[in-house]
Amino acid sequence: MTERLKVDMIACDGHGVCAELVPELIGLDEWGYPILADAPVPGELHKHARKAVSLCPKLALSLARTRS
Amino acid sequence: MSAPQQRYDGRPRLLTKQARSITEHARTVGPLPTSVVPQLIDMVTASGLRGRGGGWFPSGRKMASVAGRDNPYVVVNGMESEPAAGKDKLLLRLAPHLVLDGAELAALALGADRITVAVHRGTGLAEHLTAAIADRVAAGWGEVEIDVAEPPSWYVSSESTAVAGFVGGGEAKPKADSARVAGVGGRPALVSNVETFAHVALIGRYGPNWFRQAGTGEAPGTALFTVSGAVRSPGVYELPVGITGETILRVANGIREPISALLVGGYGGAWIPPTQLHRPFCPEGLEPLGASLGAGIVVALPARTCGLFETVRVATWMAGQTARQCGPCFRGLPAIAEDFAMIARDGSRKAYERLRFRLGVIDGRGACAHPDGVVKFVGSALKTFALDIRRHLSGQLCPGGPRVLPLPEPPDESEGWR
Repeated sequence: MTERLKVDMIACDGHGVCAELVPELIGLDEWGYPILADAPVPGELHKHARKAVSLCPKLALSLARTRS
Repeated sequence: MSAPQQRYDGRPRLLTKQARSITEHARTVGPLPTSVVPQLIDMVTASGLRGRGGGWFPSGRKMASVAGRDNPYVVVNGMESEPAAGKDKLLLRLAPHLVLDGAELAALALGADRITVAVHRGTGLAEHLTAAIADRVAAGWGEVEIDVAEPPSWYVSSESTAVAGFVGGGEAKPKADSARVAGVGGRPALVSNVETFAHVALIGRYGPNWFRQAGTGEAPGTALFTVSGAVRSPGVYELPVGITGETILRVANGIREPISALLVGGYGGAWIPPTQLHRPFCPEGLEPLGASLGAGIVVALPARTCGLFETVRVATWMAGQTARQCGPCFRGLPAIAEDFAMIARDGSRKAYERLRFRLGVIDGRGACAHPDGVVKFVGSALKTFALDIRRHLSGQLCPGGPRVLPLPEPPDESEGWR
């Protein structure tokens, strides 16, 4: 079981908090909207990823469990 | 084992079943085949029918994914919003009962007690369908309650989640979750295109083997093509899926002047060069070109019209047709439309480089496929009109030539999304 970051682009307002907290997995486009890494969240980044999810001002970011 | 395969006779299937009244309809195709309802989903799966709204998703699989869910709903999507398409509006006018029969069979197979047909406002289609429904009720035809809805005519309001959302009392904006889960006010919904349901009505009557006599193995059946641009007889033609582009143009009475490209699939579709007209026009045949059949739209671009300016016009129009929900879409599309305008108008190399980068960034990042469609359309222009691009970039600008692609006036802002 692995986890991937997922963004609800309709909810996202481009605050950019997520990219600051997990720059390893999230970049921002020129308008400030997140571009997510197309890869599972590695173990050492789980804590940061969870923090980014909980601190998103629009609750647009989530961790989705996927079977790898 | 099976009966000897009959060959497809080349005749239209849907357009030969025109009937305004239910009596005429009954005479043309016989009664509603309710006895096949328990097997309908298997029959549709076996027929290989794929959705004619543009996605070409296997219809049997879609129906099966709604079957077994509680309290399902059926939506007939007649919100044909591609400006160069006319086939669904035509089919609803000429053979409304065929479309409604398909929806009724699907509803019975899913256990849905309600069908809504969504059509454009101000076209008279709602009145036309309301009369057809009344005719059915009076004749005791069918068992499922059918009504009509008129969502606003925004381009993205034709998207299945948007139509379902509107039918459920919400805004006609695309949603992140599939309509199959909880599309209509929390009810799982089968949302399919007008033409798709019409094919279902015939598959229910004549069976999957009959359906497969036309078309290709992967995309069987006939499809409605809306052909326009530099052809002698623009119009809607029903042809087997997988016919070549050359044949499509010939059926429309041939081109009336030299052409430089074909727009296939619509404004979320792709430009292809005239050298590719020998290809079979089916999802698999067009895929190598990065194109798809979409909603069956084929526009022949006259050579005297500059493809770059046509691309700018459409991309700008599409950029104004977002639901303003997803940032990469409502910020990104105007940016790439402007980049393309700077290439066509000023021959800007900087805009060209920026556009190539931006096309890679926007794709796949919206809740619906609207941004992806525009990226595909603009990307195909870079390839198909590569020579024109080079000319414009080296300062050989052109005046653009006569305009070809229709850009309808969008609904008034005051109309909103409900």
